[in-house]
Amino acid sequence: MTLLCRMLNLRVTYHRQASAALDLSALDITAGERLAVIGESGSGKTTLARALAGLLPETARCEGEIRWTSEMPPQPGRDLGFVFQDPSSSLNPVLTVGEQVAEGARQHLNLSWSQAFRHARDLVASVGIPDPDSALNAYPHQFSGGQRQRIAIAAALSARPSILVADEITSALDMVVQAQLVALLDELVRQAAMTLIFVTHDIALASGLADRLVILKDGRLVECGATAQVLERPQSDYTRALIASHRTLSSRSLLPGSAE
Amino acid sequence: MTLLAVSSLTKRYVSGTRPVTALDDVSLTLDRGQTLGLAGVSGSGKSTLARILLRLMPADGGMVRFEADDWLSLSGRDLRRRRARMQMVFQDVLGAFNPRATVGSVLDDPLRIHSPLKERDRRTEIAALLDRVGLQAALATRSIRDVSGGQRQRVAIARAIATRPSLIVLDEAVSALDVSVRETILRLLVELQQERGIAYLFISHDLAVLRAVSHRIAVMDAGRIVECGPAGDVIERPRSDAARSLVAAVPRLVIRG
Ligand SMILES: Nc1ncnc2c1ncn2[C@@H]1O[C@H](COP(=O)(O)OP(=O)(O)OP(=O)(O)O)[C@@H](O)[C@H]1O
Ligand SMILES: Nc1ncnc2c1ncn2[C@@H]1O[C@H](COP(=O)(O)OP(=O)(O)OP(=O)(O)O)[C@@H](O)[C@H]1O
Ligand SMILES: [Mg+2]
Ligand SMILES: [Mg+2]
Repeated sequence: MTLLCRMLNLRVTYHRQASAALDLSALDITAGERLAVIGESGSGKTTLARALAGLLPETARCEGEIRWTSEMPPQPGRDLGFVFQDPSSSLNPVLTVGEQVAEGARQHLNLSWSQAFRHARDLVASVGIPDPDSALNAYPHQFSGGQRQRIAIAAALSARPSILVADEITSALDMVVQAQLVALLDELVRQAAMTLIFVTHDIALASGLADRLVILKDGRLVECGATAQVLERPQSDYTRALIASHRTLSSRSLLPGSAE
Repeated sequence: MTLLAVSSLTKRYVSGTRPVTALDDVSLTLDRGQTLGLAGVSGSGKSTLARILLRLMPADGGMVRFEADDWLSLSGRDLRRRRARMQMVFQDVLGAFNPRATVGSVLDDPLRIHSPLKERDRRTEIAALLDRVGLQAALATRSIRDVSGGQRQRVAIARAIATRPSLIVLDEAVSALDVSVRETILRLLVELQQERGIAYLFISHDLAVLRAVSHRIAVMDAGRIVECGPAGDVIERPRSDAARSLVAAVPRLVIRG
C-alpha cells in the first residue's frame, strides 16, 4: 500500500468565522483506495474535500499541512477530478456537452480538438448517456438531473485523473438514479484504478462502495477505519448512534402495534 | 372510514414543445387516521398530485371527495373555510416561509385566519403548539431563517396542526434532514397521528422512510399508480417493476468481506 498523502494538523477556518470548519490532527490517504467521508450537515465534509483538491475559497485560512507523496500537489482538472452535489456547479450551461467533456483532454492530454472530441464521445458513452454522438452537441439543460451528473463525471474524468473527489453527487437525485450512479462510479474507479474520495451523509450508501470510512463531526475526525470494522465494531458513541438511526428496509416500523 | 377518495385524476402540463402527462387516471383512497405512503422516482407525478389535492393548481379531470365535500368544486368562502382541514408540510427549504417571518408569526397566520381566538389566546396557543412539537416558547420571536433545518420542520408541523386538520400532505418533508433529526421528526409525526387521529399522505422516494410511518404504500410511475397495498407487502413482495426497482435501490448497510 502506497501512501498518497498525509494530512497533519489541518485546520481550515472560513472568513470571519470564530471556529475552524475542519480540524484534523492526522489522516492518511492510500493510493488507489476508496475512502468515504461521512458526517451530518456542517460536519466539514465539503471543506475536507475542497482542501484536498486545492479548491478552498481564497478567503479561507488553511493551517497545517497536506503532504503529497508526488513531487507536486495534484492539479485539479488534470490529476484530480471533482464532481459536486449540484451538477450545475460542475457544468457550464452555455457550453455543449462535447466542449466540456473534451476540454480536460485537450488541455492536459495534448489532444487536438478532433481527437479530444472522439475521446469525449467514448467517455459520454461509458457513463451511459444514450446516443452519445448527438449528446456531444446538446446543452446540459437538455438532460435530466441524473444524466447531468453522469456528464459531470465524464467531464471530471476527461484528463484521466488518478484521483476522483465526488461530493454528495447523488443527494439531489432519486434513489433509483442514485443506485445507478454509484454502480457507475464503482465500475469506472475500478477500471482506471483511481483513488476515490466519496463524500456522503449516507453511511449505508458509503458502505457499498468504500474500503475505508472517515466519520466527521463538528469538523473533527470521530473515527476512521476499514468499512467492515467501523460498521461491526464502531469505536465511538457517535458512530454507533449514526448507524442506529440509519433506516433500512428491514428497520422496524414506528407505527404502534406493528409486529416485526 | 374513508377520509379521502381520489378518482381518475388527470393532469397534463403544456410547456415548450411537448405536453407532459403528469397524472394519468390516478385513483386512491385514504382512511381517517391512517398513513398512505406515496413512492416513485423523480418525475413520476407525486408532487403534482399533492399540489392538486391542496388546491394549489387545478386538475384537468377526475374527482376528489374529502370528508363530506366534492373537494375540487369548492370555491370562495367554502374553500377558504374547509382548507383548515387539509394542511401541508413540504421539504425544508426556506422558500416555504416568508424569509422575514418570525417563528411566532408563522404560527399566528393560520390561527388568525381559521380560529376565533383573540390575540392573547393565540399567543397561548402558539406556545402550546411549539411545546407540542418539542420547541421552546422563547423561539417564537426568532426569525425563521435563524433556526436549524430540523427546528424549521418542527415549525412547519406546528403550523400544519394549528388548524386541527384531518389530513396533512407531506412532500419529501424529511428528505433534507440528517438521519438523527429525521428519526425524531418521524417519531413526532407518528405520535401526533395517534393523539389527534390525523391522516397523512406521505410522499417520499425513500422506501425505508415510508416503511417507518406508512400503513399502506402506493407506487407511482409515469403518472400512474402501478401498485398499492399494505406497506410490508409492497416492500417484501413488490409486484410492479417500478416498486421492485425502488426496493432494490435502497442502500443496504453491507459488510463486505
Ligand atoms: N464559504 C463558507 N463561509 C463560511 N462558513 C462556511 C463556508 N462553507 C462552509 N462553512 C461552514 O463550515 C462548516 C463546515 O461546512 P461544510 O460545508 O464543510 O460541511 P458539510 O459536512 O459539507 O455539510 P453539508 O452536508 O451540509 O454539505 C459549517 O459550519 C459551515 O457553515
Ligand atoms: N410546472 C410544470 N410545468 C411543466 N411540467 C411540469 C411542471 N411541474 C412538473 N412537471 C412535469 O410533470 C412530471 C411530474 O412532475 P412532479 O413534480 O409531479 O414529479 P415528482 O414525482 O414530484 O418528482 P420529484 O421526485 O423529482 O419531486 C415531470 O415530468 C415534470 O417534469
Ligand atoms: Mg457539503
Ligand atoms: Mg416532487
